[in-house]
Amino acid sequence: MEKTYNNRAWLLVIPVFVIVAFSAIIPLMTVVNYSVQDIFGPGQRFFVGAEWYKETLRDPRLHGAFLRQIAFSLTILAIEVPLGIAIALALPTRGWGVSASLVLLALPLLIPWNVVGTIWQIFARADIGLGGRLLAELGVDYNYARDPIDAWITVVVMDVWHWTPLVVLLCYSGLRAIPPAFYQAAQVDGASSWAVFRYIQLPKLTGVLTIAVLLRFMDSFLIYTEPFVLTGGGPGNATTFLSQFLATAAVGRFDLGPAAAFSIIYFLFILLFSWLFYTAIMRIQTGER
Amino acid sequence: MARIELREVQHSYLDRPSRPEDYALRPLQHVWEDGGAYALLGPSGCGKTTLLNVISGLLRPSEGRVLFDGVDVTELPTARRNIAQVFQFPVIYDTMTVGQNLGFPLRNRRVPEEQVRARVLEIAEMLELTAVLDRPARNLPADAKQKISLGRGLVRPDVAAILFDEPLTVIDPNLKWQLRRKLKEIHQRYRPTMVYVTHDQNEALTLADQVVVMYEGQVLQLGSPEELFENPRHTFVGWFIGSPGMNLLPCRPEGEGVVVEGRIIPLPPARVAALPQASGRLELGIRPEYLQVHPVPAPARVEAQVVGTQDLGDFALVDLQLGAQRMKAKVPEGQPLPSERAWLAFPPEASKLYADSRLVTGS
Repeated sequence: MEKTYNNRAWLLVIPVFVIVAFSAIIPLMTVVNYSVQDIFGPGQRFFVGAEWYKETLRDPRLHGAFLRQIAFSLTILAIEVPLGIAIALALPTRGWGVSASLVLLALPLLIPWNVVGTIWQIFARADIGLGGRLLAELGVDYNYARDPIDAWITVVVMDVWHWTPLVVLLCYSGLRAIPPAFYQAAQVDGASSWAVFRYIQLPKLTGVLTIAVLLRFMDSFLIYTEPFVLTGGGPGNATTFLSQFLATAAVGRFDLGPAAAFSIIYFLFILLFSWLFYTAIMRIQTGER
Repeated sequence: MARIELREVQHSYLDRPSRPEDYALRPLQHVWEDGGAYALLGPSGCGKTTLLNVISGLLRPSEGRVLFDGVDVTELPTARRNIAQVFQFPVIYDTMTVGQNLGFPLRNRRVPEEQVRARVLEIAEMLELTAVLDRPARNLPADAKQKISLGRGLVRPDVAAILFDEPLTVIDPNLKWQLRRKLKEIHQRYRPTMVYVTHDQNEALTLADQVVVMYEGQVLQLGSPEELFENPRHTFVGWFIGSPGMNLLPCRPEGEGVVVEGRIIPLPPARVAALPQASGRLELGIRPEYLQVHPVPAPARVEAQVVGTQDLGDFALVDLQLGAQRMKAKVPEGQPLPSERAWLAFPPEASKLYADSRLVTGS
C-alpha cells in the first residue's frame, strides 16, 4: 500500500501533547531542573551536574529508608494478598449477607488516609487507646512510640486493616465471575476442595490478583500519610519510609537539589518495579516462563 | 454403565412450592435403560437441565428417589455417583495441559499413574487430540476445548452414564456435524448410557435411539424418532417435532367424522366413536407432509384458500387458510401447485384427534 506523507497529521497530536505537557512533562522537568542545580536564592544558582544524584545515592540514611521500604511493601503484600483471597473465599455468595459484608469491608477504604492514621494513633495508645490498653491489661509490654518493633507491627497492622478490603473486593468479584459449570465439572471430576482452589479459583483470579498486587505494591511504596500521622517516622528512623525521607529532606531541611534528585530516582524506581511485576505476571499468565 | 431409574421425582427451586407451576420438574417416573442413547428434547426452560442435574447429583430433588442399577443414590454426592457430565460451555482447567486435563478425573480418584497415561492416550487418540496433548489447554479453539470436556467424561472406563447438556451450542456448524458423528461412534463402541439434552430436534433425532420430549417439567412422550413423528401423543410433540410442525385445528365430532370450520372431514368410525369418552377441547392434527393438496374438487375434499407458496427446492411449502385457521402443507417437487383455491384431503391414518392436547386412541 502507498503511504501518504502529510505533516499536517501532527496537528492532530497537538491537543494530547499539550495536555500531557501540562500534567506530567512540565512538572517533571521542573524537578529535573532542580536536581542538576544548586540554588541559593532567586538568581543565585549553579549547575552541579550529577552531583546531587551521586550524593543521594551514597547517603546511608537513604539506604536505610530504602531497605525499610522494601521490607514494608513485601510484608504487607505477603499478608494482604493471601488474607484477601481467604476472606473473599469465606464471604457469603447469596442473601443479605453479601451486601452487609461488602459494605462492612469497604468501610476502611472510604476513610481519609490521615484519619486512618489518627484512628490508629489513638487506638494503639497504651494509656487511652482501646487496643493499646487491652494489650497492656493482657500483660503485653507494648508501646509503639518507644519500641521500633511495636511501631513496625502497628504500621503493618494498620495498612492490612486499611487495604486488605481492596484485595478482598477484587478477589470477590473475580470469584463471582467464575461460571457455575466449572464447579459442577469439578464435582463430576471428583476434585477435592483444594483442587478446586488450585485449578479453578486461583487460575481464574490471576487477572484481578495482578491488579491487586500492582496497586498494593505501588501504593505501599508511596505510603506517607498514615505512618506520618501515626509515628512520624519514629521511633528514631524505624518507620521512616521513602516518602517520609523525601518530605524531611525537601520540606524539613529545604535541600531542594538532593530532594529533586531523589524524586527522580524514586520515580524511575517505581516505574521499573511496576514494569517488572507486570511483565513477570503476564508471562506466568500466558504460560511462557 | 447402569440402568437409571427415577421414581416420583419432582423438584422446585422455591422454598415453599404450592402450585404445580412452582415445580421445575413435575412428578416424573422414568427409566433410562443400560446402554441406551437418549435425547432429552424440549424448549428452553422446560426442565431438561434440572432433570440432568438431578441424575448427576448436582441437584437434590425436592421429592422422589434416583436409582442406579436398583441402588438408591439420591443422597450420594456427584463425585460418588460415578457419572460424567459435559456442559453447554466448555470447561477446561486453565493451568493444565490437554493431557493433564484428560487425566484429571482419574488422578482425583487415585488411579495408578500408568493406567492414567494409557487411558489418556487412548481417549486422545479417539478424539484426535494426540497432537496437542502437551499443549496448554487454554489457548485452544472452542471445539477442541469441548472435545477435552468430552474426553474428561469418557476417560473413566466405569462411568454409570454420560450426560450431555447441550454440548454443541458454542461449536461452529460444520464442526458440530463432525462432533456429532464422533459421539455416535463413541456410543456404538463403548455403549455407555447416554443422555443428551438439546433443544435442536435434528440433533436429537440423529444422535439418539430414543427421544424424550419434555414440556413444562413433564415428560410428554418417549419414543423413537419415527414414533414421535408418526404418532405424537401430545399436541406439543406434534408441533415441536417436524419442520414445520403439525397443523392443529379445533373441531367437534359429528356423524362419520369431525367438523372443522363448518366443513365435515370424514374419519375412521372407531376413532370417532372413542370421542364421546374423551372430554375437553378437541383438536384435529395433521402433519404438513401428509396433508394432500389438490387443484380440483372431489368428494370428501375440503376447500381452502391459498395464501402463499414458498419453493424450498425439493418441496414447496403451501400456506393455506381454512375458515379462520391457518395451515401448512408440504408438496413434493413435481406435483402441481394450486394457485388461488385448493381442495384438501385428510388421509385418515395421518389425521390425529387430540382431546385437551392428548391423543385420542381408536380402541
